[in-house]
Amino acid sequence: MAIDTRPPKAPVRRTSTSRDPERDSGRPPRSLVLALVLACAALMVVDKAGGDSSPVDPVRRVVGEIVGPVQAGVSTVVRPLVDLPGALRTNGGLRDDVRRLEAENADLRGRLGKAGYDDQRLAQLEGLRAMAGDLGYALVPARVIAIGPAQSFSSTVTLDAGSDAGLRPDMTVVAAEGLVGRITSVTAHTATVLLIVDDSSRVGGRIGDNMELGFVSGHGTLGTDDRLEMELADRNVVPKVGQPIVTWGSEGGSPYVAGVPIGTIGKVYESLRDTSYRAVITPGVDFTALDLVGVVVPSGTEGRVIEADGSYRS
Amino acid sequence: MNRRGRLIATLVAVLAALLLQVTVLPHFAWDVGGLGVVPDLVLLVVVATAVATDTRFATLTGFWAGLLLDIAPPADHLAGRWALALMVVGYVVGRLVHDNAGDPGGAGAGSRFGRLGTRRPPLPLALAAAAGGSFVGTSVFALSGLLLGDSAAAVGDLLPVALIALLLDVVAALVVVPATLGLVRRAAHDGLPRASQRIRVRA
Repeated sequence: MAIDTRPPKAPVRRTSTSRDPERDSGRPPRSLVLALVLACAALMVVDKAGGDSSPVDPVRRVVGEIVGPVQAGVSTVVRPLVDLPGALRTNGGLRDDVRRLEAENADLRGRLGKAGYDDQRLAQLEGLRAMAGDLGYALVPARVIAIGPAQSFSSTVTLDAGSDAGLRPDMTVVAAEGLVGRITSVTAHTATVLLIVDDSSRVGGRIGDNMELGFVSGHGTLGTDDRLEMELADRNVVPKVGQPIVTWGSEGGSPYVAGVPIGTIGKVYESLRDTSYRAVITPGVDFTALDLVGVVVPSGTEGRVIEADGSYRS
Repeated sequence: MNRRGRLIATLVAVLAALLLQVTVLPHFAWDVGGLGVVPDLVLLVVVATAVATDTRFATLTGFWAGLLLDIAPPADHLAGRWALALMVVGYVVGRLVHDNAGDPGGAGAGSRFGRLGTRRPPLPLALAAAAGGSFVGTSVFALSGLLLGDSAAAVGDLLPVALIALLLDVVAALVVVPATLGLVRRAAHDGLPRASQRIRVRA
Protein backbone atom coordinates (compact mmCIF):
# COMPACT_ATOMS: atom_id res chain seq x y z
CA MET A 1 0.00 0.00 0.00
CA ALA A 2 1.47 3.23 -1.05
CA ILE A 3 1.83 5.79 1.58
CA ASP A 4 0.72 9.19 0.66
CA THR A 5 3.86 11.24 1.21
CA ARG A 6 2.38 14.45 0.07
CA PRO A 7 2.09 16.95 2.85
CA PRO A 8 -1.41 17.49 4.05
CA LYS A 9 -3.00 20.26 2.15
CA ALA A 10 -2.91 23.29 4.32
CA PRO A 11 -5.87 25.57 3.99
CA VAL A 12 -4.79 28.49 1.90
CA ARG A 13 -4.42 31.42 4.20
CA ARG A 14 -5.65 34.43 2.39
CA THR A 15 -4.05 37.48 3.77
CA SER A 16 -5.84 40.71 3.74
CA THR A 17 -3.46 42.02 1.13
CA SER A 18 -4.29 39.33 -1.37
CA ARG A 19 -7.97 39.68 -0.68
CA ASP A 20 -8.11 43.34 -1.48
CA PRO A 21 -5.38 44.60 -3.74
CA GLU A 22 -6.89 48.05 -3.68
CA ARG A 23 -5.90 48.53 -0.07
CA ASP A 24 -2.26 48.55 -1.04
CA SER A 25 -2.66 51.40 -3.43
CA GLY A 26 -1.47 53.73 -0.68
CA ARG A 27 1.75 51.84 0.02
CA PRO A 28 4.74 54.01 -0.83
CA PRO A 29 7.11 52.63 -3.44
CA ARG A 30 10.39 51.37 -2.04
CA SER A 31 12.24 54.08 -3.94
CA LEU A 32 10.32 56.81 -2.10
CA VAL A 33 11.08 55.34 1.32
CA LEU A 34 14.71 54.93 0.39
CA ALA A 35 14.87 58.48 -0.95
CA LEU A 36 13.41 59.89 2.27
CA VAL A 37 15.78 57.88 4.48
CA LEU A 38 18.71 59.04 2.40
CA ALA A 39 17.44 62.63 2.57
CA CYS A 40 17.37 62.41 6.37
CA ALA A 41 20.83 60.88 6.48
CA ALA A 42 22.21 63.49 4.10
CA LEU A 43 20.68 66.28 6.17
CA MET A 44 22.20 64.92 9.37
CA VAL A 45 25.62 64.52 7.80
CA VAL A 46 25.54 67.98 6.24
CA ASP A 47 24.47 69.53 9.52
CA LYS A 48 27.09 67.64 11.51
CA ALA A 49 29.90 68.29 9.04
CA GLY A 50 28.99 71.97 8.80
CA GLY A 51 29.49 72.44 12.52
CA ASP A 52 29.12 76.08 13.49
CA SER A 53 28.65 77.29 9.92
CA SER A 54 26.15 74.61 8.99
CA PRO A 55 24.08 75.29 5.84
CA VAL A 56 21.00 74.35 7.86
CA ASP A 57 21.45 77.39 10.11
CA PRO A 58 19.96 79.93 7.65
CA VAL A 59 16.90 77.68 7.31
CA ARG A 60 16.60 77.42 11.08
CA ARG A 61 16.80 81.18 11.24
CA VAL A 62 14.07 81.73 8.68
CA VAL A 63 11.77 79.22 10.37
CA GLY A 64 12.57 80.81 13.71
CA GLU A 65 11.55 84.22 12.37
CA ILE A 66 8.16 82.81 11.49
CA VAL A 67 7.51 80.43 14.37
CA GLY A 68 9.07 82.58 17.11
CA PRO A 69 6.44 85.36 17.13
CA VAL A 70 3.64 82.76 17.05
CA GLN A 71 5.19 80.97 20.02
CA ALA A 72 5.44 84.29 21.85
CA GLY A 73 1.77 84.98 21.15
CA VAL A 74 0.57 81.57 22.31
CA SER A 75 2.79 81.80 25.37
CA THR A 76 1.34 85.18 26.31
CA VAL A 77 -2.18 83.80 26.12
CA VAL A 78 -1.35 80.62 28.01
CA ARG A 79 0.74 82.07 30.83
CA PRO A 80 -2.12 83.42 32.98
CA LEU A 81 -4.16 80.25 32.36
CA VAL A 82 -1.31 78.10 33.61
CA ASP A 83 -1.16 80.08 36.82
CA LEU A 84 -4.87 79.50 37.48
CA PRO A 85 -4.69 75.99 39.04
CA GLY A 86 -2.49 77.37 41.83
CA ALA A 87 -5.03 80.02 42.66
CA LEU A 88 -7.84 77.47 42.63
CA ARG A 89 -6.01 75.08 44.94
CA THR A 90 -5.25 77.64 47.61
CA ASN A 91 -8.88 78.69 47.77
CA GLY A 92 -10.39 75.23 47.47
CA GLY A 93 -11.03 74.83 51.21
CA LEU A 94 -12.37 78.33 51.55
CA ARG A 95 -14.96 77.76 48.88
CA ASP A 96 -16.48 74.82 50.75
CA ASP A 97 -16.70 76.69 54.06
CA VAL A 98 -18.17 79.89 52.79
CA ARG A 99 -20.78 78.72 50.35
CA ARG A 100 -22.89 81.82 50.45
CA LEU A 101 -19.85 83.92 49.56
CA GLU A 102 -19.18 81.86 46.51
CA ALA A 103 -19.77 84.62 44.04
CA GLU A 104 -17.58 87.01 45.94
CA ASN A 105 -15.04 84.30 46.44
CA ALA A 106 -14.78 83.65 42.72
CA ASP A 107 -14.13 87.31 42.17
CA LEU A 108 -11.47 87.33 44.88
CA ARG A 109 -9.92 84.22 43.51
CA GLY A 110 -9.49 85.85 40.15
CA ARG A 111 -7.90 88.88 41.74
CA LEU A 112 -5.73 86.79 44.01
CA GLY A 113 -4.40 84.71 41.16
CA LYS A 114 -3.52 87.80 39.22
CA ALA A 115 -1.97 89.54 42.22
CA GLY A 116 0.21 86.54 43.03
CA TYR A 117 1.30 86.39 39.43
CA ASP A 118 2.14 90.08 39.37
CA ASP A 119 4.01 89.86 42.68
CA GLN A 120 6.04 86.99 41.36
CA ARG A 121 6.94 88.89 38.22
CA LEU A 122 7.87 91.94 40.26
CA ALA A 123 10.09 89.82 42.50
CA GLN A 124 11.77 88.30 39.48
CA LEU A 125 12.40 91.69 37.95
CA GLU A 126 13.81 93.00 41.24
CA GLY A 127 16.04 89.94 41.42
CA LEU A 128 17.32 90.64 37.93
CA ARG A 129 18.04 94.26 38.84
CA ALA A 130 19.98 93.13 41.86
CA MET A 131 21.84 90.64 39.71
CA ALA A 132 22.74 93.34 37.18
CA GLY A 133 24.12 95.45 40.03
CA ASP A 134 26.13 92.55 41.48
CA LEU A 135 27.63 91.56 38.16
CA GLY A 136 28.37 95.05 36.92
CA TYR A 137 26.96 94.22 33.51
CA ALA A 138 23.86 95.42 31.71
CA LEU A 139 21.04 92.89 31.26
CA VAL A 140 18.36 92.60 28.60
CA PRO A 141 15.26 91.15 30.26
CA ALA A 142 13.57 88.35 28.33
CA ARG A 143 10.98 85.68 28.94
CA VAL A 144 11.09 81.98 28.21
CA ILE A 145 8.46 81.30 25.57
CA ALA A 146 9.19 77.70 24.53
CA ILE A 147 10.82 74.75 26.21
CA GLY A 148 12.28 71.76 24.40
CA PRO A 149 10.86 68.37 25.48
CA ALA A 150 12.99 65.87 27.34
CA GLN A 151 12.57 63.45 24.46
CA SER A 152 15.00 65.60 22.49
CA PHE A 153 17.68 64.87 25.11
CA SER A 154 19.00 68.39 24.87
CA SER A 155 18.06 71.14 27.28
CA THR A 156 17.17 74.20 25.26
CA VAL A 157 14.64 76.99 25.67
CA THR A 158 13.55 79.89 23.49
CA LEU A 159 13.57 83.52 24.67
CA ASP A 160 11.30 86.25 23.32
CA ALA A 161 14.17 88.63 22.57
CA GLY A 162 16.54 88.35 19.63
CA SER A 163 19.01 90.25 17.54
CA ASP A 164 16.67 93.25 17.46
CA ALA A 165 17.22 93.61 21.22
CA GLY A 166 20.98 93.40 20.74
CA LEU A 167 21.41 89.68 21.49
CA ARG A 168 24.03 87.58 19.74
CA PRO A 169 25.17 83.96 20.04
CA ASP A 170 27.51 83.17 22.94
CA MET A 171 26.01 85.68 25.36
CA THR A 172 25.46 84.71 28.99
CA VAL A 173 21.91 84.17 30.21
CA VAL A 174 21.18 84.61 33.92
CA ALA A 175 18.13 84.50 36.16
CA ALA A 176 17.73 86.21 39.52
CA GLU A 177 19.03 83.05 41.23
CA GLY A 178 22.07 82.48 39.05
CA LEU A 179 23.46 81.21 35.76
CA VAL A 180 20.99 79.79 33.23
CA GLY A 181 23.05 79.10 30.10
CA ARG A 182 24.31 80.67 26.94
CA ILE A 183 22.71 81.72 23.67
CA THR A 184 23.43 79.36 20.79
CA SER A 185 21.48 81.04 18.02
CA VAL A 186 19.31 84.11 17.51
CA THR A 187 16.63 85.27 15.15
CA ALA A 188 15.28 88.81 14.95
CA HIS A 189 12.80 88.22 17.79
CA THR A 190 13.86 85.00 19.48
CA ALA A 191 16.99 83.42 20.89
CA THR A 192 17.74 79.77 21.62
CA VAL A 193 19.47 79.13 24.92
CA LEU A 194 21.51 76.04 25.82
CA LEU A 195 20.97 75.45 29.54
CA ILE A 196 23.98 74.62 31.71
CA VAL A 197 22.35 71.30 32.69
CA ASP A 198 22.63 70.09 29.09
CA ASP A 199 25.22 67.36 28.83
CA SER A 200 27.17 69.21 26.16
CA SER A 201 27.57 72.27 28.38
CA ARG A 202 30.84 73.01 30.17
CA VAL A 203 31.30 76.11 32.27
CA GLY A 204 34.44 77.30 33.98
CA GLY A 205 33.60 77.58 37.66
CA ARG A 206 35.40 78.49 40.84
CA ILE A 207 34.67 77.80 44.47
CA GLY A 208 33.67 81.13 45.93
CA ASP A 209 35.44 80.60 49.29
CA ASN A 210 38.95 79.70 48.17
CA MET A 211 38.95 80.70 44.49
CA GLU A 212 39.82 77.16 43.35
CA LEU A 213 39.13 76.57 39.66
CA GLY A 214 37.27 73.73 38.00
CA PHE A 215 34.85 72.82 35.27
CA VAL A 216 31.12 72.52 35.78
CA SER A 217 29.52 70.20 33.28
CA GLY A 218 25.87 69.35 32.76
CA HIS A 219 24.68 65.82 33.28
CA GLY A 220 21.95 65.66 30.73
CA THR A 221 18.32 66.27 31.43
CA LEU A 222 17.88 63.23 33.60
CA GLY A 223 17.89 62.47 37.30
CA THR A 224 16.60 64.98 39.79
CA ASP A 225 19.81 65.21 41.82
CA ASP A 226 22.99 64.81 39.85
CA ARG A 227 22.34 67.48 37.28
CA LEU A 228 25.56 69.49 37.49
CA GLU A 229 29.02 68.20 38.27
CA MET A 230 32.27 69.98 38.98
CA GLU A 231 35.77 68.63 38.47
CA LEU A 232 38.45 70.61 40.22
CA ALA A 233 41.66 71.49 38.44
CA ASP A 234 43.77 71.09 41.58
CA ARG A 235 43.49 67.50 42.73
CA ASN A 236 44.62 68.27 46.26
CA VAL A 237 41.70 70.52 47.04
CA VAL A 238 38.80 68.86 48.84
CA PRO A 239 35.51 70.56 48.05
CA LYS A 240 33.09 70.90 50.95
CA VAL A 241 29.32 70.64 50.94
CA GLY A 242 27.66 74.04 50.94
CA GLN A 243 30.45 76.00 49.29
CA PRO A 244 29.14 78.42 46.63
CA ILE A 245 30.24 78.05 43.00
CA VAL A 246 30.56 81.04 40.66
CA THR A 247 31.72 81.33 37.06
CA TRP A 248 35.30 82.39 36.45
CA GLY A 249 34.50 83.89 33.11
CA SER A 250 35.70 83.49 29.55
CA GLU A 251 37.94 85.73 27.54
CA GLY A 252 36.03 88.89 26.63
CA GLY A 253 33.01 87.77 28.64
CA SER A 254 31.88 85.36 25.94
CA PRO A 255 30.19 82.96 26.29
CA TYR A 256 30.25 83.30 30.11
CA VAL A 257 30.98 86.42 32.15
CA ALA A 258 32.75 86.13 35.48
CA GLY A 259 31.20 86.05 38.92
CA VAL A 260 27.74 84.69 38.17
CA PRO A 261 26.58 82.28 40.90
CA ILE A 262 25.96 78.78 39.57
CA GLY A 263 24.88 76.98 42.74
CA THR A 264 26.24 75.32 45.84
CA ILE A 265 28.06 72.03 46.35
CA GLY A 266 25.49 69.40 47.29
CA LYS A 267 27.59 66.21 47.47
CA VAL A 268 31.24 65.31 47.12
CA TYR A 269 32.51 62.05 45.63
CA GLU A 270 36.06 60.84 45.64
CA SER A 271 36.98 59.43 42.26
CA LEU A 272 39.54 56.68 42.97
CA ARG A 273 40.40 56.14 39.34
CA ASP A 274 41.22 59.78 38.66
CA THR A 275 42.49 60.47 42.20
CA SER A 276 40.43 63.63 42.13
CA TYR A 277 37.23 64.87 43.69
CA ARG A 278 33.94 65.27 41.92
CA ALA A 279 31.41 67.66 43.37
CA VAL A 280 27.71 67.56 42.56
CA ILE A 281 26.34 71.07 42.30
CA THR A 282 22.84 72.01 43.36
CA PRO A 283 21.97 74.71 40.82
CA GLY A 284 20.56 77.95 42.14
CA VAL A 285 18.11 78.17 39.26
CA ASP A 286 15.02 76.00 39.03
CA PHE A 287 15.26 75.02 35.38
CA THR A 288 11.72 73.67 35.23
CA ALA A 289 10.23 77.00 36.34
CA LEU A 290 12.23 79.43 34.23
CA ASP A 291 10.31 82.54 33.30
CA LEU A 292 12.02 85.92 33.42
CA VAL A 293 15.72 85.81 32.60
CA GLY A 294 18.34 88.39 31.71
CA VAL A 295 20.91 88.31 28.93
CA VAL A 296 24.25 89.96 29.69
CA VAL A 297 24.94 92.64 27.08
CA PRO A 298 27.57 95.37 26.78
CA SER A 299 26.59 98.49 28.72
CA GLY A 300 24.91 101.11 26.57
CA THR A 301 23.03 98.65 24.33
CA GLU A 302 19.95 100.18 22.74
CA GLY A 303 16.45 99.06 23.73
CA ARG A 304 15.06 97.68 26.98
CA VAL A 305 18.07 97.26 29.23
CA ILE A 306 18.63 96.98 32.98
CA GLU A 307 21.87 98.86 33.56
CA ALA A 308 24.42 97.88 36.18
CA ASP A 309 23.39 100.76 38.47
CA GLY A 310 19.86 99.31 38.65
CA SER A 311 18.26 101.84 36.33
CA TYR A 312 15.82 100.49 33.79
CA ARG A 313 15.60 101.92 30.29
CA SER A 314 12.78 100.95 27.99
CA MET B 1 -10.51 68.82 -3.96
CA ASN B 2 -10.25 66.08 -1.38
CA ARG B 3 -6.55 65.46 -1.54
CA ARG B 4 -5.81 69.13 -1.14
CA GLY B 5 -8.20 69.32 1.81
CA ARG B 6 -6.46 66.38 3.40
CA LEU B 7 -3.08 68.02 2.91
CA ILE B 8 -4.19 71.34 4.38
CA ALA B 9 -5.84 69.64 7.35
CA THR B 10 -2.66 67.69 8.08
CA LEU B 11 -0.55 70.82 7.80
CA VAL B 12 -2.80 72.69 10.22
CA ALA B 13 -2.76 69.76 12.65
CA VAL B 14 1.03 69.48 12.56
CA LEU B 15 1.54 73.22 13.11
CA ALA B 16 -0.96 73.35 15.98
CA ALA B 17 0.64 70.28 17.55
CA LEU B 18 4.10 71.82 17.30
CA LEU B 19 3.01 75.06 18.95
CA LEU B 20 1.11 73.29 21.73
CA GLN B 21 4.00 70.95 22.37
CA VAL B 22 6.60 73.63 23.03
CA THR B 23 4.52 76.42 24.57
CA VAL B 24 1.57 74.99 26.49
CA LEU B 25 2.50 71.46 27.48
CA PRO B 26 5.83 72.15 29.24
CA HIS B 27 3.77 73.70 32.04
CA PHE B 28 2.11 70.34 32.64
CA ALA B 29 5.13 68.17 31.92
CA TRP B 30 6.13 64.98 33.73
CA ASP B 31 9.28 66.03 35.53
CA VAL B 32 12.12 63.52 35.29
CA GLY B 33 14.66 66.03 36.47
CA GLY B 34 15.86 68.62 34.04
CA LEU B 35 13.13 69.42 31.62
CA GLY B 36 9.85 67.58 31.61
CA VAL B 37 8.66 64.85 29.29
CA VAL B 38 5.66 66.10 27.37
CA PRO B 39 3.29 64.15 25.13
CA ASP B 40 4.73 64.18 21.64
CA LEU B 41 1.79 65.74 19.83
CA VAL B 42 3.45 65.97 16.43
CA LEU B 43 4.22 62.26 16.58
CA LEU B 44 0.60 61.55 17.48
CA VAL B 45 -0.61 63.58 14.52
CA VAL B 46 1.63 61.49 12.27
CA VAL B 47 0.25 58.30 13.86
CA ALA B 48 -3.31 59.51 13.33
CA THR B 49 -2.48 60.31 9.72
CA ALA B 50 -1.03 56.85 9.27
CA VAL B 51 -4.15 55.25 10.73
CA ALA B 52 -6.59 57.40 8.82
CA THR B 53 -4.96 57.64 5.41
CA ASP B 54 -2.53 55.59 3.39
CA THR B 55 1.05 54.71 4.18
CA ARG B 56 2.54 56.85 1.45
CA PHE B 57 0.87 60.00 2.70
CA ALA B 58 1.78 59.16 6.30
CA THR B 59 5.44 58.61 5.42
CA LEU B 60 5.62 61.96 3.66
CA THR B 61 3.74 63.69 6.50
CA GLY B 62 6.16 62.17 9.01
CA PHE B 63 9.11 63.41 7.03
CA TRP B 64 7.89 67.01 6.76
CA ALA B 65 6.57 67.19 10.31
CA GLY B 66 9.89 65.85 11.59
CA LEU B 67 11.80 68.35 9.50
CA LEU B 68 9.71 71.14 10.99
CA LEU B 69 10.38 69.80 14.49
CA ASP B 70 14.09 69.72 13.65
CA ILE B 71 14.46 73.31 12.55
CA ALA B 72 11.80 75.23 14.48
CA PRO B 73 13.06 76.78 17.72
CA PRO B 74 13.99 75.67 20.39
CA ALA B 75 15.45 72.69 18.51
CA ASP B 76 19.23 72.63 18.65
CA HIS B 77 20.06 69.07 17.64
CA LEU B 78 21.24 67.93 14.22
CA ALA B 79 18.59 68.51 11.57
CA GLY B 80 17.07 65.37 10.11
CA ARG B 81 16.86 63.30 13.29
CA TRP B 82 13.18 63.84 14.00
CA ALA B 83 12.53 63.72 10.24
CA LEU B 84 13.96 60.21 10.13
CA ALA B 85 12.17 59.15 13.33
CA LEU B 86 8.73 60.41 12.31
CA MET B 87 9.13 59.12 8.77
CA VAL B 88 9.79 55.66 10.18
CA VAL B 89 6.78 56.06 12.48
CA GLY B 90 4.52 57.01 9.58
CA TYR B 91 5.77 54.11 7.48
CA VAL B 92 5.73 51.43 10.18
CA VAL B 93 2.37 52.38 11.67
CA GLY B 94 0.85 52.74 8.22
CA ARG B 95 2.10 49.34 7.07
CA LEU B 96 1.07 47.57 10.29
CA VAL B 97 -2.38 49.08 10.42
CA HIS B 98 -3.25 48.64 6.76
CA ASP B 99 -1.61 45.25 6.20
CA ASN B 100 -2.53 43.37 9.36
CA ALA B 101 -5.64 44.87 10.82
CA GLY B 102 -7.67 44.31 7.69
CA ASP B 103 -10.18 47.04 7.23
CA PRO B 104 -9.93 49.05 10.44
CA GLY B 105 -13.36 50.49 9.99
CA GLY B 106 -14.97 47.07 9.86
CA ALA B 107 -18.35 47.11 8.21
CA GLY B 108 -19.14 50.44 9.82
CA ALA B 109 -18.96 53.90 8.43
CA GLY B 110 -15.27 53.61 7.67
CA SER B 111 -15.30 51.04 4.92
CA ARG B 112 -17.22 53.37 2.74
CA PHE B 113 -14.34 55.82 2.77
CA GLY B 114 -11.64 53.21 2.39
CA ARG B 115 -11.15 53.89 -1.27
CA LEU B 116 -10.94 57.60 -0.73
CA GLY B 117 -8.07 57.36 1.67
CA THR B 118 -9.57 58.15 5.05
CA ARG B 119 -11.12 55.72 7.52
CA ARG B 120 -12.44 55.69 11.02
CA PRO B 121 -10.49 53.18 13.11
CA PRO B 122 -11.61 51.77 16.48
CA LEU B 123 -10.10 53.49 19.50
CA PRO B 124 -8.03 50.52 20.78
CA LEU B 125 -6.32 50.28 17.41
CA ALA B 126 -5.53 53.99 17.47
CA LEU B 127 -4.15 53.70 21.02
CA ALA B 128 -2.02 50.70 20.15
CA ALA B 129 -0.74 52.55 17.10
CA ALA B 130 0.07 55.58 19.27
CA ALA B 131 1.96 53.44 21.80
CA GLY B 132 3.94 51.63 19.14
CA GLY B 133 4.58 54.80 17.18
CA SER B 134 5.72 56.63 20.30
CA PHE B 135 8.19 53.93 21.24
CA VAL B 136 9.55 53.58 17.72
CA GLY B 137 9.80 57.34 17.21
CA THR B 138 11.51 58.14 20.50
CA SER B 139 13.85 55.19 20.11
CA VAL B 140 14.86 56.04 16.55
CA PHE B 141 15.45 59.65 17.58
CA ALA B 142 17.51 58.65 20.63
CA LEU B 143 19.52 56.03 18.73
CA SER B 144 20.29 58.40 15.87
CA GLY B 145 21.63 60.79 18.51
CA LEU B 146 23.82 58.05 19.97
CA LEU B 147 25.14 57.06 16.53
CA LEU B 148 25.96 60.62 15.53
CA GLY B 149 27.37 61.56 18.90
CA ASP B 150 24.82 64.35 19.15
CA SER B 151 23.48 63.39 22.57
CA ALA B 152 25.72 62.12 25.33
CA ALA B 153 22.93 60.47 27.33
CA ALA B 154 23.49 56.78 28.07
CA VAL B 155 21.19 54.03 26.86
CA GLY B 156 20.10 53.35 30.43
CA ASP B 157 18.94 56.94 30.73
CA LEU B 158 17.10 56.87 27.42
CA LEU B 159 14.82 53.99 28.30
CA PRO B 160 12.91 55.55 31.23
CA VAL B 161 12.31 58.69 29.19
CA ALA B 162 11.07 56.64 26.25
CA LEU B 163 8.72 54.70 28.54
CA ILE B 164 7.32 57.78 30.27
CA ALA B 165 6.89 59.40 26.87
CA LEU B 166 5.03 56.29 25.72
CA LEU B 167 2.68 56.49 28.70
CA LEU B 168 1.98 60.19 28.16
CA ASP B 169 1.56 59.66 24.44
CA VAL B 170 -1.10 57.02 24.98
CA VAL B 171 -3.00 59.35 27.31
CA ALA B 172 -2.69 62.26 24.89
CA ALA B 173 -3.67 60.00 22.00
CA LEU B 174 -7.15 59.73 23.53
CA VAL B 175 -7.66 63.36 22.58
CA VAL B 176 -5.24 64.05 19.76
CA VAL B 177 -5.95 61.09 17.49
CA PRO B 178 -9.76 61.51 17.35
CA ALA B 179 -9.30 65.27 16.89
CA THR B 180 -6.88 64.80 14.01
CA LEU B 181 -9.04 62.11 12.46
CA GLY B 182 -12.04 64.38 12.64
CA LEU B 183 -10.11 67.24 11.09
CA VAL B 184 -8.70 65.15 8.26
CA ARG B 185 -12.03 63.47 7.58
CA ARG B 186 -13.94 66.69 7.49
CA ALA B 187 -11.39 68.32 5.22
CA ALA B 188 -11.24 65.31 2.92
CA HIS B 189 -14.96 65.04 2.47
CA ASP B 190 -15.86 68.62 1.86
CA GLY B 191 -15.93 68.16 -1.89
CA LEU B 192 -18.38 66.14 -3.91
CA PRO B 193 -18.01 62.37 -3.63
CA ARG B 194 -16.10 60.86 -6.48
CA ALA B 195 -17.76 58.67 -9.03
CA SER B 196 -16.09 55.54 -7.70
CA GLN B 197 -17.33 56.28 -4.22
CA ARG B 198 -20.86 56.82 -5.37
CA ILE B 199 -20.85 53.49 -7.12
CA ARG B 200 -19.49 51.79 -4.00
CA VAL B 201 -22.12 53.29 -1.77
CA ARG B 202 -24.90 52.22 -4.04
CA ALA B 203 -23.52 48.72 -4.26
